[in-house]
Amino acid sequence: MESLRYKAAIVGASETTELGIIPDKTPFQLHVDASVNAIKDCGIDKQEIDGIATTMNPASLAHYLGITPKWIDNTQVGGTSFLIHVRHAAAAIASGLCETVLVSMAESGRSRVGDTSLSTFSEPTLEGMKDSSFPGQFESIYGVYGPTTQFGLGVLRYMKETGTSHEQLASVAVAQRKWSNKVPRAMYRDLITVDDVLESRIICYPFHLLECCLVTDGGGALIITKSDRATNYAKNPVYILGTGESVETPIVSQMYDMTSSTAFKISSKKAFEEADVSHSDIDHLMIYDAFAHLPIYGLEDLGFVSRGEAGAFIEQGNTSPGGDLPMNTNGGGLSYTHTGMYGMFAIQESVRQVRGEAAHQVPDVKLSFCQGVGGMFMAAGSLIFTNSSPH
Amino acid sequence: MTDKIYRKPIPIPTPESDFFWAKVSQHELWIQRCVDCLKPFFYPRMVCPHCLSDKIEWFEVSGRGSLYSYMINHRPAPGFEEDSPYAIAIVQLEEGPRMMSNIVGIENTPENLILDMPLRVVFEDITPAITIPKWRPDETIKYG
Repeated sequence: MESLRYKAAIVGASETTELGIIPDKTPFQLHVDASVNAIKDCGIDKQEIDGIATTMNPASLAHYLGITPKWIDNTQVGGTSFLIHVRHAAAAIASGLCETVLVSMAESGRSRVGDTSLSTFSEPTLEGMKDSSFPGQFESIYGVYGPTTQFGLGVLRYMKETGTSHEQLASVAVAQRKWSNKVPRAMYRDLITVDDVLESRIICYPFHLLECCLVTDGGGALIITKSDRATNYAKNPVYILGTGESVETPIVSQMYDMTSSTAFKISSKKAFEEADVSHSDIDHLMIYDAFAHLPIYGLEDLGFVSRGEAGAFIEQGNTSPGGDLPMNTNGGGLSYTHTGMYGMFAIQESVRQVRGEAAHQVPDVKLSFCQGVGGMFMAAGSLIFTNSSPH
Repeated sequence: MTDKIYRKPIPIPTPESDFFWAKVSQHELWIQRCVDCLKPFFYPRMVCPHCLSDKIEWFEVSGRGSLYSYMINHRPAPGFEEDSPYAIAIVQLEEGPRMMSNIVGIENTPENLILDMPLRVVFEDITPAITIPKWRPDETIKYG
C-alpha cells in the first residue's frame, strides 16, 4: 500500500465551546457543538463534507447536521479511536473514497447528562460485572473497579525492573502542571510539587489522586481533507505525515509484557516509518495520560528514550517548559481535561501547537507526535503532524 | 463457606472455561497447553494462541507461583467494602502464564507485598457451585 504521507491535512479543529463541567448538555449536543465549531474554524461549506468518523452512531450525527456522507467509520476501541479515525480518514481520502471527513468526539463523563452509554466512564455495577466475558470471569471477581484498578497493574513491576522511583512517577504530574499553569481552559492550573503529589490521597497504590486523570465533560472535532486542496481554508493546514494503529488485549492482566505496550511499539514504529522522520526531528509530543505511568511507558515504547530512562528524563525537566522534548503541553489528562476518551484532546493540542496557536505555545513547532491509548493498553493510535508544505 | 450473602461478582463459565471452573470447584488449578507446540496458556481458548492448533489439553499446575505485580485498591468495588484496602494482584505461575487474583493470609500493605515473593494457590468456596482461586504467601520458602 502506498504511504499516507502528505495525502491529507487537518484544516479545521475545535473543542466544545465549554470544557470541564457542562451540566446542561448531552453528549450528542456536545458532538454537535464541537462539529459546528470545527466547521466554522476552517470556514468550510458543510456540503463539502462527504465522510464522517465518530464513536457515536454516524447516522445520528450526519442527519442532525444535514450531512449525507459517502464514507463512514465507527471504530470504537476506547480513547485512541479518534487518532485511528484520522488515520482511516487519510486512507479513505488517499484512495478516493471521499474527499473531506468530519471526525467528532464528545462525552458527558462528569455530569453524565442524557444517554451516558456514549460515555466510557461508567463505574461498573455489580450486575454489569456479572458477565461471562473473559474480563468478567477472570478479573471482575477480584474486585477491579474501572481503570484506576486496572491500568496501572504493571507499574510496580516496571518500577522494580527499571529502578524507577515513586518520586519520578509523581514528577509526571508536576511537569504537566507547569504546562497547564498557562492554559486558561485547563481544569487544574496551580503549580504542584512532588511532595504535593505523594501527599495526595492514595486512590489505588501506587497511584495518588494527582497521578490519576480528571473526570470532565467536553468534546472535539476535526475537518480533514485532501492535501492538494488544504490551503483553501481559513487556517494553515496541519499535514498528516505519519500514522499507525494496533491492538493488544482487552484483558490487562494478560498483556504480553505488563511493563511495556506492544500496541504502542507497533503503532509508533509504523508512524515514524511512514513520516520518514526520526525521533530527534520531533519538536512536540503528546502521550495520552490517563494515569502518570502512561507518558513513562510511552516515551520508552515510542523510542524517545531507552528502557528505564523515562522517569529520570521527566524528573530532570526534559518534557517541561523549556525542555528539549515538550510533552503534554495542555497539561494532559492529569490537568487539562479527561472526559473518558481523551485522544481527541491530545490531537487538538498537537494541531494548536503546529498552527502556533496553543495557550502555552512551544516556539517553532514543525513536527508534532501524538500517541493515543484505548482501553487499558488495549489499543494504540499514532499520528505525526507538520506545518511544512509538501514539496 | 458462611451463610453470608456473597455480594461480589460471580464468574459465569462459558464452553471454553467450564472445565477450568469445574476443576477449581474441586480445589484443583488446571490450565491449557497446546499438544502440537507444547506451550501452556491462560485464559482458556479453543485454539492455541501460539500456533492456532486445535489440539488443546488441560493439565494441573503445581499451584506454585510468585507475585509479579499488584495495586492496592482504596476505592472498593461493590461487594468489596469490608476488604478495603485490598490488593489486586498479578500472579506469575511457575508454568509461565500469569493470572489476576487476590492475596490472602497476609495484610495487603506495600510493606508485606514484596514483588517475586513465592505464593501458593488456595481455593475459596463462594457458592455450592463456584469456587475462586486465590493465592497466599508460601511460608515454606524463605524470601525477602
